[in-house]
Amino acid sequence: MSRSRTAMLQRIREAIAGTPEPAPVPRDYRHTGDHPPGSPAVVELLVDRLVDYRADVRVLAPDELPAAVADALRPSGSVVLADDAPAELVDAASASTTQLIVDRRSAPLSAADLDHIDAVLTTAAVAIAVTGTIVLNAGPGQGRRAITLVPDRHLVVLRADQIVETVPEAIARLEESDTRPLTMISGPSATSDIELSRVEGVHGPRTLIVLIVR
Amino acid sequence: MTTFLGIPRRSRPSGHGMGHNGLPDSPLRGHTSFPDAARSAVGNTQLRRNLGNATATIRAKRAAVVGELDDWEALRDAGSAVKQQVMARLPELLEQLEAQVTARGGVVHWAADADEANRIVAGLVENSLQPGDAREAVKVKSMATQEIGLNEYLEERGIEAFETDLAELIVQLGGDTPSHILVPAIHRNRSEIREIFLREMPDAPADLSDEPRRLAMAAREHLRRKFLSAKVAISGANFAIAETGTLAVVESEGNGRMCLTLPETLITVMGIEKLLPTFADLEVFLQLLPRSSTGERMNPYTSLWTGVTPGDGPQNFHLVLLDNGRTNALADEVGRAALHCIRCSACLNVCPVYERAGGHAYGSVYPGPIGAVLTPQLTGIDGHDDPNASLPYASSLCGACFDACPVKIDIPSLLVELRGRVVDADRDRTIPGGWDAAMRAASWVMSSGKRFTAAEKAMKAGRVLAGKKHKISSLPPPLSAWTTSRDLPEPPRQTFHQRWRAEHGSSDDAPAPGGEPR
Repeated sequence: MSRSRTAMLQRIREAIAGTPEPAPVPRDYRHTGDHPPGSPAVVELLVDRLVDYRADVRVLAPDELPAAVADALRPSGSVVLADDAPAELVDAASASTTQLIVDRRSAPLSAADLDHIDAVLTTAAVAIAVTGTIVLNAGPGQGRRAITLVPDRHLVVLRADQIVETVPEAIARLEESDTRPLTMISGPSATSDIELSRVEGVHGPRTLIVLIVR
Repeated sequence: MTTFLGIPRRSRPSGHGMGHNGLPDSPLRGHTSFPDAARSAVGNTQLRRNLGNATATIRAKRAAVVGELDDWEALRDAGSAVKQQVMARLPELLEQLEAQVTARGGVVHWAADADEANRIVAGLVENSLQPGDAREAVKVKSMATQEIGLNEYLEERGIEAFETDLAELIVQLGGDTPSHILVPAIHRNRSEIREIFLREMPDAPADLSDEPRRLAMAAREHLRRKFLSAKVAISGANFAIAETGTLAVVESEGNGRMCLTLPETLITVMGIEKLLPTFADLEVFLQLLPRSSTGERMNPYTSLWTGVTPGDGPQNFHLVLLDNGRTNALADEVGRAALHCIRCSACLNVCPVYERAGGHAYGSVYPGPIGAVLTPQLTGIDGHDDPNASLPYASSLCGACFDACPVKIDIPSLLVELRGRVVDADRDRTIPGGWDAAMRAASWVMSSGKRFTAAEKAMKAGRVLAGKKHKISSLPPPLSAWTTSRDLPEPPRQTFHQRWRAEHGSSDDAPAPGGEPR
């Protein structure tokens, strides 16, 4: 290994030599919320946060999903799905007039291909109510990171039981993701770089639509 | 003159350009001391207005979202303790990180200083480009790459590095330097940004208005093709998880996701102090950072990746671990505390000195209260003429930064400690400095009642100097050291001592200053 590696580790060891053992980390912060995952209060909190980020949100019964998906896709000429998307989502998307494109891991679409696709339809791994965050962990129905990034509309379908109240609850669930890439999404892309005034929609999808199935 | 200020010194890379203060040109050191640089910044009313508006906005946002969490103090305690653990266990954690990243298909490089880091990155970029590829890389905003002056280094070698964060783009197109850790173009207002875009962005629409939405959309169009065609991306990292080898970038615009996902090669430059021991520690820091930083409950996008994921994202991943003065800082108690910093910039936004002087006055890519501690720790100090020697004084010690710091760095105490070292370093000088001479003179006057009474009488002359303005704005040297940066109030008509005598009779009844019998 490199000379700098040896030198740096040596310098660090000398720098911290004689440091007393630091105190154990106090973890007196909230680990769980006031309400169980998926409870109406948690769903309501997530909706409130997402609306605050100017995402479009709908809470619906399972039998309302196909119509809601078709509805959300109507403005889009084309939509991309992961090759392991659940059948009910594929069926719902097929029912719309939108052109359906599947991103196959064996023959992935290029960034240029994705740039010509209007929307993406995915599931998610976890959602955090208190921060309005949706987490993708490359699990079934979520696809490669690129498909949720390049198209301009992202339609996410969440099950209520995937919604937890606090950040620690979500991190605990995500530990199972092992080393798969994670993307945490809290509203559409945004910037506050010009005079601290928030503008939604810069490089990532400018429209985020969340359908929550009770 | 070289005075050791108790701040660790480090050797300089040879062959570097020298600034006109005789010190090397560096992103961590300006050409003028803070008081001089601040004086001209404070005189810029446009800058003061831009800064005042921006810092007031972000302070209010931060206060609102921090107020929502009833366990905020417990989170700060945890964050602070985790960082202490990281410093105490740094060697093993770095080795663990390296092993995990390597096991997942990444390559880890170690860079002792800026020069070595630049050389490594430039070599990696060269190796990633095929003949015929544009000699360019896209970049995610990163303090570490600013600290090492990577863009300039690459430019000298004919490689163009495109900043993709909107504020960094504004700074880069404006030929400017960042003035804030989080909002680097905080010193620019919308009409200045519009002018920069129209001047420097060939594809900017001719009818571009100064509306923030229109400006952001112009940047989107400008960068879109770059993202889709880039072969190499360079990023920093907000966190690295030793346990799993996972890297994290926290951002808002999606430019980070673009850079971290689309190119074939990703090069991440990270200071060695950015580690967290376990994945679970994210539950603390993903709460502390966004709320302290942008004043949001959560930033729009956080990306986490571990080595290389086959078929998803860059298939070549390089992690460059940067020392560049950090091991020196680690050896010092002040420096070690400053290394806890997670670069949220909350301390800048609450600082009355930063709010008025702006980031450029600090002369370092790390401005504000934490910059005033961290910068001299990273560079070392080369005597009184080193501009960085003035940084510990760039504070009113009001304590707002300590209250705002999500990992509870006691910045005011660290600044006081650094100031104390400056004074201690002066104690042994054979020719006393102005401050010493003044203090000794004052002590001589105050230790005798007669001398004190005489001095009181002499003060009346000050009333003449003050004149109709009732203040003294300029005095001859050495007293000019005081009056160049502040007015001296007119001395009172009567001192307390004189008034006591007038109201209570003879001077025998008066308390004798200094207790010396007459």
